[in-house]
Amino acid sequence: MNRHPSPGRLRAWHLAAGAVLLAVLAAGSLFVGVGDLTPAGLLGGRPGDMRLLVESRLPRLLAVLLAGTATSVAGLVMMHITGNRFVSPSTTGTGESAAFGVLLATLFAGGEAVLVKMVMAVGCALLGTFFFVWILRRLTFRDMILVPLVGIMFGGVIGAATTFFAYRADLLQSLGAWTAGDFSGVLRGRYELLWIAGAVTALGYLYADRFTVAGMGRGFAVNLGVRYDRVVNTGLVLVAVITAVVVVTVGQIPFVSLVVPNLVTLALGDNLRHALPATALAGALLVLLCDVAGRLVRFPYEIPVSTVVGVVGSVLFLALLLRGGRRMGLR
Amino acid sequence: MIEIKDVTKRYGETVVLDGVSLTIAPGGVTSVIGANGAGKSTLLSVVSRLVPADGGTVTVDGMDVATTPGDRLARRLAVLRQDNHLSVRLTVRELVAFGRFPHSGGRLTAADRDLVEEAIDYFELGDLADRHLDQLSGGQRQRAHVAMVLCQDTDYVLLDEPLNNLDMRHSVQMMRRLRRMADDYGKTVVMVVHDVNFASCHSDTIVAMKDGSVVAQGTTAEMMTPEVLNAVYDLDIDVHEIGGHRIGVYFS
Ligand SMILES: Nc1ncnc2c1ncn2[C@@H]1O[C@H](COP(=O)(O)OP(=O)(O)OP(=O)(O)O)[C@@H](O)[C@H]1O
Ligand SMILES: [Mg+2]
Repeated sequence: MNRHPSPGRLRAWHLAAGAVLLAVLAAGSLFVGVGDLTPAGLLGGRPGDMRLLVESRLPRLLAVLLAGTATSVAGLVMMHITGNRFVSPSTTGTGESAAFGVLLATLFAGGEAVLVKMVMAVGCALLGTFFFVWILRRLTFRDMILVPLVGIMFGGVIGAATTFFAYRADLLQSLGAWTAGDFSGVLRGRYELLWIAGAVTALGYLYADRFTVAGMGRGFAVNLGVRYDRVVNTGLVLVAVITAVVVVTVGQIPFVSLVVPNLVTLALGDNLRHALPATALAGALLVLLCDVAGRLVRFPYEIPVSTVVGVVGSVLFLALLLRGGRRMGLR
Repeated sequence: MIEIKDVTKRYGETVVLDGVSLTIAPGGVTSVIGANGAGKSTLLSVVSRLVPADGGTVTVDGMDVATTPGDRLARRLAVLRQDNHLSVRLTVRELVAFGRFPHSGGRLTAADRDLVEEAIDYFELGDLADRHLDQLSGGQRQRAHVAMVLCQDTDYVLLDEPLNNLDMRHSVQMMRRLRRMADDYGKTVVMVVHDVNFASCHSDTIVAMKDGSVVAQGTTAEMMTPEVLNAVYDLDIDVHEIGGHRIGVYFS
C-alpha cells in the first residue's frame, strides 16, 4: 500500500550484514602487502609472519578502521550542529588548522614529541573550528552553499599560510605527511593515538539524541530542555579532537567526512541514534576499501589513501548531488 | 499560573512588546488574537524562553523562565512555534517521540511509547508514521508537530497558530483535543488563533493584542462583541448568536 520508500528504519540485520562484510574485508586486508603473509603460513607458525602481522598489518588495519569511523562520525556531528549538510571538518578549515598546529609544533618543539604535536594540532583545530562557527553566526545570509564555500576559503587561507611557513622552514616534505592521508607508515607504536579518536567517537554516541535535537534548531532544542549552546560546543570539541588526531597520525583524509554522513542520512534519515552507528560502519568500510585498493592498484607500490578516497569520494559526491539534491535541500 | 509582568521586547528601534502585563490562570483555554505583527508570536516566544525579553519578567508557577533550568521547565511547559521548518529528516514517529525527551532523555519507556502511539492515532498519522516529514503535506506535517508538543504532556501548552494548514475537520478535532486537555486533565492551553470564531467556540478567555500591547482581555462573551473586535482589527465585524456560540461575520 505505502509505496513511499520506507526510510528511517535501521534494522538490526542491516548493521549485522555491514559488520560481517567489514570483518571479511578486514581479515582479507591483513594479507595484502609486499611482505609475504598468508593464512597458511600464519597457522603454520612461521615466526616472521606473526611479527609482520603484529608489527605492521594489524596496526594498519586498526588505524584504517579507527580513522574511517571517527572521521565520518565527526562529519555527521558537524553537519547536525551547524544545520548544514555540506559543512564538515573538510569544509570548515578544521583539518587545515590541525595541520598548521603540527607545523607550529615542528617549528618550535622540534616535532619529535608526538604528544606536543597532538596538543598543538588539537589546540589549533579547536581555534580554527570555533573561529569558523563565529564567522558563521555573523553571516546574515546563511545560504546552504555559501556557508561551506566560506569554510573552504577559510581552510584555503590557513592551508596557504601553512605551506608558506613550511616552505620557509624547508619542511614541505613533512607537510605532505600531514596533509595527504596515508596509512603506509603505520606501525605498532605509531598509530595508538587514534584510539583517542575512537574513544571520542564512542562518547559521541552518548550524545546522539542531543545532537539530533540540536540539528532540529535552537527553538526545538530549548523547548525540549536541551542546552543548545553546550551541545553545539561539545560537538565542535569532538570534531576538532577527532580531526586533529587523525591529521597527526595519518594525515588528512578528504571527502570521507562529507560523503559518508550524507549517503547514510539520505538512506536512513537524521536520527543519530540510527545514523551514527551506520555512519561509523560505512566510514570504516569506505576507508578500508580505498586503502586496500591503493595497495593493489600498482602493486607492489602504493597509492596513498587520500588519493584513492579523493577519486572515489568525488564520484560518490557527484552521484549524491545528482540523485539526492532535492532531499538535501538543494532543489 | 503564568504571570507576565511588564515585558518589553525591542528589535533595534522597533518596540515589539511594550510593557505587556498579563496573568493567565491555571486550567482552561486562552486564545490570543490580533493583527499580523501585533506581537503575539513574540509574546509566546518570550513566555517559552525562546526569545529573551529586554525587560520585565515571566514566571510559570513561580518559576522565572529566564533563570529556571531548561530541562525542568521543559517538563512543565511546551511550545509550538509558528514556523516549524526542520532541516533534519526525521520520521513522524521519531519526531513525536522526541516530545518525550524532557521526561525520558531518549530512553523511551513503555508508557512513553503508549503516549506516542496515542498521539499519532489521535491526529490520524498512523499510516504516515514511518514517513519522513519532508514527504508529508503541510497539514499532515503541522499535525505531526502538534502531536510532538502534546506528547510532552506538560501542564502548560503554548501553541502559535496550531490550525495552520489544517482542513476544517482537523481544525475542529484539534480544538476538541485542546478543550479536553483543559477540561479533563486541568491543563493550561494558550494559543494564537486568527479565526476569531474558533477562539469563540473553544476558549474560556480571549486576549487581544495590538501594536505590542494587550488592548483587551476577558471572557469569550465579553470579547466577542462588535465593539471589541472592531477596535482590535479595525474591521467591521457583525456578531451573531448561532447554536449557542457567538460568531463573527466579516467575510464581505
Ligand atoms: N527577529 C526579528 N527582527 C526584527 N523584527 C522582528 C523580528 N521578529 C519579529 N519582528 C517584528 O516584531 C513584530 C511582531 O512580530 P510577531 O511575530 O510577534 O507578530 P505576530 O503577532 O505573531 O504576527 P502574525 O500574526 O503575522 O504571526 C512585527 O512587526 C515583526 O516585524
Ligand atoms: Mg505570529
